[in-house]
Amino acid sequence: MSMLKIENLHARVEGKEILKGLSLTVNAGEVHAIMGPNGAGKSTLGNVLSGRDGYEVTAGTVTYNGIDLLALAPEARAAAGVFLAFQYPVEIPGVNNTYFLRAAFNAQRKGRGEKELDSMQFLKLVREKLKIMQISDELLHRAVNEGFSGGEKKRNEIFQMAVLEPQLAILDETDSGLDIDALKQVAQGVNTLRSPDRAFLMITHYQRLLDYVVPDFVHVLADGRIVESGDKSLALKLEEHGYAGIAASHPADPRQAGAAA
Amino acid sequence: MSQSASLPLVASLLDAPLPVSGIAWLDAVRRENRAAFAASGLPDTRVEAWKYTTLRGLGQRSFASGDTDAQTRVVDASLLALPGVDGARLVFVNGAFRADLSVLDNLPAGLSLQPLSQVLRGDAEPLRFALSWPAPVRHAGEVGDAFARVNAASAGDGVVLRVAAHAKISVPVQLVFVGAAAEADLAWHARNVIELGEGAELTLVEQHVASGEQAHLATLVSDIELREGAQLHHTVLQHAAIGVSLVRRDNVRLRARARATLHVLELGGALVRHDLQAELIGDDAQFHTRGVFMPHGRQHIDTQLAIRHQALNTISTSNWRGVANDRARGVFRGAIVVAPGADGSDASLSNKNLLLSPGAEIDTKPELEIYADEVKAAHGATVGQLDERSLFYLRSRGIPLAEARALLTAAFCRAVLDDLPNKALREHLSAMLVGQLPDA
Repeated sequence: MSMLKIENLHARVEGKEILKGLSLTVNAGEVHAIMGPNGAGKSTLGNVLSGRDGYEVTAGTVTYNGIDLLALAPEARAAAGVFLAFQYPVEIPGVNNTYFLRAAFNAQRKGRGEKELDSMQFLKLVREKLKIMQISDELLHRAVNEGFSGGEKKRNEIFQMAVLEPQLAILDETDSGLDIDALKQVAQGVNTLRSPDRAFLMITHYQRLLDYVVPDFVHVLADGRIVESGDKSLALKLEEHGYAGIAASHPADPRQAGAAA
Repeated sequence: MSQSASLPLVASLLDAPLPVSGIAWLDAVRRENRAAFAASGLPDTRVEAWKYTTLRGLGQRSFASGDTDAQTRVVDASLLALPGVDGARLVFVNGAFRADLSVLDNLPAGLSLQPLSQVLRGDAEPLRFALSWPAPVRHAGEVGDAFARVNAASAGDGVVLRVAAHAKISVPVQLVFVGAAAEADLAWHARNVIELGEGAELTLVEQHVASGEQAHLATLVSDIELREGAQLHHTVLQHAAIGVSLVRRDNVRLRARARATLHVLELGGALVRHDLQAELIGDDAQFHTRGVFMPHGRQHIDTQLAIRHQALNTISTSNWRGVANDRARGVFRGAIVVAPGADGSDASLSNKNLLLSPGAEIDTKPELEIYADEVKAAHGATVGQLDERSLFYLRSRGIPLAEARALLTAAFCRAVLDDLPNKALREHLSAMLVGQLPDA
């Protein structure tokens, strides 16, 4: 059974159709890159999968580990192992980062019927993860993302992912706005978390992240559907010819672009 | 004289027998205030200070006077306990002093703590100035604070607290006003006089708590005087029964270099009104207030802050948060006056509000009047809702909606309690705030 199966997904935002029949299959252990020009629907895909309000699914299905993902509230999706690394992580003044993370961690465990960790046990876990991710523990004492630089916010997303250990991680333009050092650090974090049980959906505008996190599959998203799929060489082709070249070869293609898998 | 004199509330308050002290000046003050209240009746919403708080509903109710069984009402000890607060304690039940519930042995040196009823049996002269307020009506049409007049006429008990010059009372002194369920809806009153001598220091915790469901009317007036260089930390936890009408007034006067810090939590009551008035009459005096009002259901909580800078280089900071849920209403007015001659003063006021449901309402009105030179002043007020992006962020990490809302609301209020030095008390109050949230 595939971990994630998206079939003919149509979604609207503020009455405007953004996803127009997107299909994609992701198996455990795979890293998929979704690339595409601005406005193609990349972020919409991430938001629909994580259950954000204001995204109306008008047709199609999303099956995650055999269940209807779209029927679940965002917190239930998280408990089921879906994680979205935000393109723009939200600053939450007054909420301590560690407190927030423990609340999330324990809520997910509770949602799965597992035992919650007390603050000492949790702190031990967090310190291990910090070490693996090579992140300073100073981050723990601050309010969630408050006053963080762009790079710190993205690193914090990856750190949260490391602690929450999702099965399906969706990275929404996690590379945008990062300098090369921060990009390498984020990529290293993602690579550390790659495992046969975990799948990644990396949404990105640029090819450069894929130099550091090598995907198994690359898909081109244009005008609300996947118009081309291939291996990592597709990303290089995009780099050379641009999205215009790809889009031109698929004018209003009604074909259901299946995943390469 | 007043059309409202025929209201059941006014009639029942005027019916109550005046307490008799046998002290000529005090009995005269009581009679004068009774007469002034009879003449003025209740303020209506045309009076600016009552614009957002209507007394129409309250006016239709009547209350029995005092509680003849106040001494025997059973009060659970857990009501009085407060983490981080373990010192002298004065307890009043339905306005009457309860020796059995109070802790008055081994008072620290320099602290004098007694119920007013006891003090009045001895030498009342030192209280003459404080208890002579409000002053008699001198001009036709003069009204003043109707509830303060009711209180001045009818209050027979309350707190008399004095800290001797240079005495430092580090263990918090606890004042507890218990509203206890009775056979009828009662009107009860308390009059408090608190005085800190020169260079004295005091930590005070004032609680309003409920013993059983009741719908009493309570008025409390506190006169708080800080002499030169005195320091007061005052925390107020208002957690009255959900049916109670509670009208409180604090008149604070600060002399040179005196410094008062107030933390106020308004959680309970049906109709709650708090007038907090401060006069900074000595150079370099400082007055700092932080507060949260959190009405839910059909509660109405009104805070009226009035600060008057009257001396050089005086400082006031006011940081208040309002959170209204269901069909509740919050009202906040922060009026700051920097009087002529109060040069070099610094006044800042912030009131931020959160509406948790579409039926909730908060009316906020910061007012700043400056008549002095080289004054620093800042004020601002906002009313908003929980940020949808933040809510989704928390939910996307697995935190259920109700918990996410509680987390964000608590964070919104946290700044108000941040500088409360008593950690155990701060954490307790923080938890109480969260406990007030829906589904938390």
